[in-house]
Amino acid sequence: MQVFSCPYCGPRPDAEFHYIGDADKPRPERSCSDEEWAHYLFMRANTRGAARELWVHRAGCGRWLVVARDTETHEVAAVTPMNAERAGT
Amino acid sequence: MSIRRSLRYSGWRLLREAFGGQQGWTPAWEDRDPEAAYDIVVIGGGGHGLATAYYLARTHGITRVAVLEKGWIGGGNTGRNTTIIRSNYFHPQSAALYDLSVSLYETLSRELNYNIMFSQRGMMEIAHDQPELETMARAANAMRISGVDIEVIDRAETLRREPLLDPSPRARWPVCGALLQRRAGTARHDAVAWGYARAAAALGVHIIQNCEVRGFIQERGRAVAVQTSRGVIRAERFGVAVAGNSSVLARLAGFELPLQSYTLQAMVSEPVKPCLNMVTLSTSTGAYISQSDKGELVMGGNLDRSPSYAQRGGFRVTRSVVAPLLEMYPWLSTLKLMRQWGGTVDTSPDNSPIIGPAPVEGIYLNCGWGTGGFKAIPAGGTLTAHLLATGRHHPLSEPFDLRRFARGELVDEGHAGVAH
Repeated sequence: MQVFSCPYCGPRPDAEFHYIGDADKPRPERSCSDEEWAHYLFMRANTRGAARELWVHRAGCGRWLVVARDTETHEVAAVTPMNAERAGT
Repeated sequence: MSIRRSLRYSGWRLLREAFGGQQGWTPAWEDRDPEAAYDIVVIGGGGHGLATAYYLARTHGITRVAVLEKGWIGGGNTGRNTTIIRSNYFHPQSAALYDLSVSLYETLSRELNYNIMFSQRGMMEIAHDQPELETMARAANAMRISGVDIEVIDRAETLRREPLLDPSPRARWPVCGALLQRRAGTARHDAVAWGYARAAAALGVHIIQNCEVRGFIQERGRAVAVQTSRGVIRAERFGVAVAGNSSVLARLAGFELPLQSYTLQAMVSEPVKPCLNMVTLSTSTGAYISQSDKGELVMGGNLDRSPSYAQRGGFRVTRSVVAPLLEMYPWLSTLKLMRQWGGTVDTSPDNSPIIGPAPVEGIYLNCGWGTGGFKAIPAGGTLTAHLLATGRHHPLSEPFDLRRFARGELVDEGHAGVAH
């Protein structure tokens, strides 16, 4: 079991969270081509090693979170609110 | 080390060796050092990679072929799955693909002169209530139209076929009926890898272990060589059959795939005398069970739901596999769980594989099998070999091209997204 430290709820088991996808994936403009849209919709970084992932604390506060996690060791480096991340960029 | 290509396994050979002190056996296949160039390099020495190499040599007569394996052959998902073979898929494209695979498995031991121990003991997908059985009957009708041998059977027939199921109507997961595929079954997974390896090597294919691909060398947008832990190897075409690591290889070549890698667990009990006749699957819970020839009860279920390359799963999912099986087969509680392990599977958005050319010229993909790659090995090998040899799709692999995502032509086997 992995433990994610939700910034709102504290340390919680991974079963409460649901994986969404890559954290750093800009949504293309509405005028984009089919290929660009398919790329946004379907392609995944699927990183081996240090990854930045989007999760939702579904069985908790319901907030969307950016989880910095190693997909080989399952080590969680940081969990930050998605909104805070987006506001900072 | 050299291999006498004429060495065939047979009862006569066994007898001869028994009287000859077992001195005449030669290695099943030769572990080769890489050469500088091949016609075709297949990356990944699992079932799909080895089968691809075998069919390249046998069907297409292309024998300057190397299979590059970073570890040992059959050491990834080929050696970690629960060995179930079936073709009960919903869409006609999938039914054709997996039914080809079952058909090839039926004659594979003879073809490879290697006993893969394919046991067509049948499989039952158990429905726990009437609405579930009716939903499954709809799927069964679709499969029958595609020519798959599938039947809906009632509660009495289900219990007759697997008498150790809990018959109580008050059971937590009661037996209401089942979908039966008689041609489904299990095989010996290591034998599938070794059988293909031996037959491919006998036709001249080089099997190169401990050879990790670390990069692609491209000239004018075309892949012309791979950088490996054992030097640069050039080839005309490259096949990539590396399951959970497909995205890693794709990144080396400069493109992305619509795949996510997860851990799929499997586990076995201590070995006991024969008690289960078939493969049984609980449709609601995704848990399934069969008995190996060694006597162990082999169990599996759903994915660990966090992206992972760890090749190990968590206890929560182990429990989610064992718990419903204990309700269906209460006597299981007297057995010890002996071993539990995990493999890294590459899941695709529509739960269908990706077979076809990659965005980089010269590279061809065999990936996205997700939780069900083992059953598809002979078909995957046949279709990938066709691609590599001709540069064009076999009609059966056409629907599984990578470009289906941009076209919106998904082959959504979501209902078959049960792990096995």
